[in-house]
Amino acid sequence: MKKKKVIHMVRRTGISTAKAWSIRIIAVLLALLVCAFVIVGITGANPIAVYGGIIDGAVGTSSRTWITIRECVFLLIVAAGLTPAFKMRFWNLGAEGQILMGGLATAAVMIYLGPMLQDWLLWIIIIVVSMLSGLVWGLLPAIFKAYFNTNESLFTLMMNYVAMQIIDVAIVFWENPKGSNSVGVINQVGKEGWFPSMFGQQYLFNVILTAITMILVFSYMRYSKHGYELRVVGESYNTARYAGINVKKVIIRTMCLSSAIAGLAGAMIVAGSSHTISVSTGGGRGFTAIIVAWMSQFNPYAMIIVSLFLVFMQRGSIQIATDYGLNNNASDIITGIILFFLIGCEFFVNYRLEVTTIDEEEAKA
Amino acid sequence: MPDSNNAIELKGVTKRFGSVVANDDVSLSLKKGEILSILGENGSGKTTLMNMLSGIYFPDEGEIFVNGQEVTIRSPKDAYNLHIGMIHQHFKLINVLTAAQNIILGLPGPQRLDMKSVDEKIDELTKKYGFELDPEEKIYNMSVSQKQTVEIVKVLYRGADILILDEPTAVLTPQETERLFEVLRNMKNSGKSIIIITHKLNEVLEISDRVAVLRKGCYVGTVETKRASVESLTEMMVGQKVTLNIDRPDPVNPKPRILVKNLTVRNREGLLALDNVSFDAKSGEILGIAGISGSGQKELLEAIAGLQPIEDGQILYTDPKDNIEDLTKKSAQEIYQMQIRLSFVPEDRLGMGLVGSMGMPGNMMVRSYRNGKGPMTDRKTPADLSKRIVERLDVVTPSIDTPVRNLSGGNVQKVLVGREIASSPVVLMVAYPVRGLDINSSYQIYELLNEQKKKGTAVLCVGEDLDVLLALCDRILVLADGKVTGIVDARTATKEQIGQLMTAGASKKQEA
Amino acid sequence: MNLIITFIQQAIAQGIAILFGATGEIMTEKSGNLNLGIPGIMYMGGISGLMGGFFYELNNDNPNKWVGVLCACLCCAVASAIGGLIFTFLTVTLRANQNVVGLALTTFGTGFGNFFGGSISKMAGGVGQISVATTASGFQTPIPGLSKIPFLGDVLFHYGFLTYSAIIVSLIAAYILKKTRTGLNLTAVGESPQAADAAGINVTKYKYVATITGSVIAGFGGLYFVMEYLGGTWGNNGFGDRGWLAIALVILALWNPANAIWGSLLFGALYIIDIYLPGLTRASQEFVKMSPYVVTIIILIITSKRNRPEQQPPASLGLSYFREDR
Repeated sequence: MKKKKVIHMVRRTGISTAKAWSIRIIAVLLALLVCAFVIVGITGANPIAVYGGIIDGAVGTSSRTWITIRECVFLLIVAAGLTPAFKMRFWNLGAEGQILMGGLATAAVMIYLGPMLQDWLLWIIIIVVSMLSGLVWGLLPAIFKAYFNTNESLFTLMMNYVAMQIIDVAIVFWENPKGSNSVGVINQVGKEGWFPSMFGQQYLFNVILTAITMILVFSYMRYSKHGYELRVVGESYNTARYAGINVKKVIIRTMCLSSAIAGLAGAMIVAGSSHTISVSTGGGRGFTAIIVAWMSQFNPYAMIIVSLFLVFMQRGSIQIATDYGLNNNASDIITGIILFFLIGCEFFVNYRLEVTTIDEEEAKA
Repeated sequence: MPDSNNAIELKGVTKRFGSVVANDDVSLSLKKGEILSILGENGSGKTTLMNMLSGIYFPDEGEIFVNGQEVTIRSPKDAYNLHIGMIHQHFKLINVLTAAQNIILGLPGPQRLDMKSVDEKIDELTKKYGFELDPEEKIYNMSVSQKQTVEIVKVLYRGADILILDEPTAVLTPQETERLFEVLRNMKNSGKSIIIITHKLNEVLEISDRVAVLRKGCYVGTVETKRASVESLTEMMVGQKVTLNIDRPDPVNPKPRILVKNLTVRNREGLLALDNVSFDAKSGEILGIAGISGSGQKELLEAIAGLQPIEDGQILYTDPKDNIEDLTKKSAQEIYQMQIRLSFVPEDRLGMGLVGSMGMPGNMMVRSYRNGKGPMTDRKTPADLSKRIVERLDVVTPSIDTPVRNLSGGNVQKVLVGREIASSPVVLMVAYPVRGLDINSSYQIYELLNEQKKKGTAVLCVGEDLDVLLALCDRILVLADGKVTGIVDARTATKEQIGQLMTAGASKKQEA
Repeated sequence: MNLIITFIQQAIAQGIAILFGATGEIMTEKSGNLNLGIPGIMYMGGISGLMGGFFYELNNDNPNKWVGVLCACLCCAVASAIGGLIFTFLTVTLRANQNVVGLALTTFGTGFGNFFGGSISKMAGGVGQISVATTASGFQTPIPGLSKIPFLGDVLFHYGFLTYSAIIVSLIAAYILKKTRTGLNLTAVGESPQAADAAGINVTKYKYVATITGSVIAGFGGLYFVMEYLGGTWGNNGFGDRGWLAIALVILALWNPANAIWGSLLFGALYIIDIYLPGLTRASQEFVKMSPYVVTIIILIITSKRNRPEQQPPASLGLSYFREDR
């Protein structure tokens, strides 16, 4: 009688943290291996030199380290903002647009109010206004989701591109110098509205702002009544009704919070880093942060690790590309490969494969 | 020796799910060209048994013969190849497609669809058996009975000679049921063999040639319908009275707590789920609610809990200080805000009563998260409560923070009941409190209900096991087709009496 | 008169890439997969086709434009199929979340396109930009004879073969979905994989085939853009947001590829109309460019409010299906 091997997928009922993380580390190592093949294939360089170059590019000098931290912080604050929405199973794919709207509001405050007001007052206005305009961008899809059950992933996605066009309109008015089709550095001379340097570090203000936001968001999620409600809504509308929760209200409230934080991220990028506004102000962070939030399973510490790792590899591969005279987009390829492995490995965290042998005769019958 | 006059013959079929034996050594046969009813209470293993014929489950032990040949049925496809077709209770139809498109779904054939000839073939079938069906109608425009017709035609179109219908009348109006029976008779006359799963006695008597009875997974026997009566079938179905060792203290100083007057509720399909229901539930007593499944039990409890829109009628609540509050058309949220201590253990434990991904404290908070001032939740009290429940009810869990989804059925129920009684309810409603629980856990739950009763709580208990209801409750309200057919004293009532009340509504309708 | 002809030509030129993308995404979404990696896959298809043509021309002193076209098409199809395969493998076999995989794929694909678009010429030892003039001329060859007809020839027969292919592919896709057994089964898979499975349809196979086929179709949108529209060169991020417009068009077309044809023309016209409307300020030009997305959002709201089943996204869109989770 012929025997045949069949592979079954079995859902794990529980997995130890150590085992889960060792699966993820194996995935990272595999990803690094594949990236090495790709880089070596393209550059023909010694792989060890290549990884040396990556480390050099990410943390080789103090300014490179700070750029890595700056980028990491941007990803983190957006991911933290997305967390409440995702926990509620609301697919907010519109963070990119919400960032842009926050950035737009920031730029407007810097341009129109910059010369008139004190810096500290400007900072407060920037933070409030950027959050409000991000909020508006998330509020619309939330209302339609709550009342008409309009597909939120498609709606928020489309809102991104509406935001980009609004930025283009604004650029027409704020163009500097005329004809450049860009806004240029805003308030370059007086630095009105620029987030302050702290201890000589330009980006430390952003780091602190992000740290505060993350602490607030995760406390809100874990300890507040609102946070509890949104987690129940994400689990089951029926249970939420049973618990006497107003589902519509929770959807709208949570999306307001989520998109306001993305708006704040826009302020951090514009007032705290680039000091200009363009359609690429978001730089795809709204999308990458979705992946960061999802892969960290909304755990803040995992979020820090994942975004540090991603930014590290991005900055590093940009360095490699410069070293070998290639273009910066190499980093997106590297990011993509790493993401595929990290996304794929979650399967092995949640399922295990079992090989069973069955009689071929029986299998046919 | 298998009889080749039998379309289907089962020999010693046993199916286990973990430690639960769903079917225990069942042997029965379906003769060619007959209608066989399979009768049994909820949970007697009827559907499991039939699913082994349709390829959903594979038996652990026993043999299946089709037309005298021993067969192995491993998938729905195998069943189709043996010309066995099953119409499940939950229809598997695609809403945006037409009836005809659903009927030919997944069938082999030429790429180019010739819907015209498909429609003709369907018309032929419908005419032959007396269905009414427009093949070009979209499913989403159809009533439940039309959808059922599509499922039946789908099976016939695929050449089934043996049809199995799982509770086909549960979703139909009496008129629609009549029409379905007409069709079934036509099919029988043209040589099809039919099994119909049901627990409605009057239907059994009306449609079938023979009746096979299952009780708690075991085969009781088969009788010719013309020699059976409601009484004899009830007895076969419910069995001898089992003496259960459940404590039943006498109610002390009963006072009305919930008063339901002329309550009428429609379900999502727009059918009457509750029809002019009136009763009261008193403090210090357990009011049992009996009825075949889908008679309106779920809607009744949900209407009181504020989770079901009410069409007509009134629900009044009297608190321990004799203040009367009107709960009619109040949402669950409003009832909570009125500070009414109404606890509810719903049938769908993980889908409605609990949050599967959270640990015990998170689930305790479903009721209590609003407590305390300020925007933050109190996390200590729920954690303490969880620990107390683990200790008192012997909940088996690795830690109180383990997601309740990962606990066993009995422990899930203990968490839910534990939470609901922790708020010292004035009214406690429980639906199928021991479904899926082992004996020990079941007794623990009965004790808990009695304890509440002694504390003066008004307990409403929907149950399916009549022996338990008779031993546990003080009074039993019987629902049939959304109507109250009787409220009996559980100390004096008999199982047969309740069994007849459970089917009474339908019998009356038939007489009318 | 000439202005109108140019406008129509330009609108079609803008619309075709979006049409390919939308048709591919419709096939994919019909199987229940929301592939947000389509913009990335279009980049991958475009650059791979370009590279195919480039290496062919590089290694042949006297390249034939039709051989170049063949190389480009093959490379484009293979690369886009790989993109689709990555998506399906991760979402169907490894059960990962579709949104997350799709966005990662777009990051990857966009980077892939821009990286090779910017570097391939240099890596191959050349200087300056990548350029495949010969192969591109094959893609740009209009229909002989017919294109000489005055007016009609300019408006209808002036385009390369990919333009006509886009329309034909959409019509075929519409035919498959509406009139064939495969299309019926595919619709069932996207609506209710449980019901499809019960009817004996191999859900996994349908998801794989539909998603990979859809990706290849979309990939040709990228190829069209670099070859026929740009004439065989690469501009960094030159493809812009056309991939997302394709996803928007799926909604506008209400998941019917035949609707996508006129929809792509509309989107194409809106994309360039600002140049042709006299008296528009630059700001209002940008507002016009916003209109495809706004129109799409309005359609999305109206259809969800009206709740007609035929106009809804496939019911299981974005959800994974595992039989044992029943």
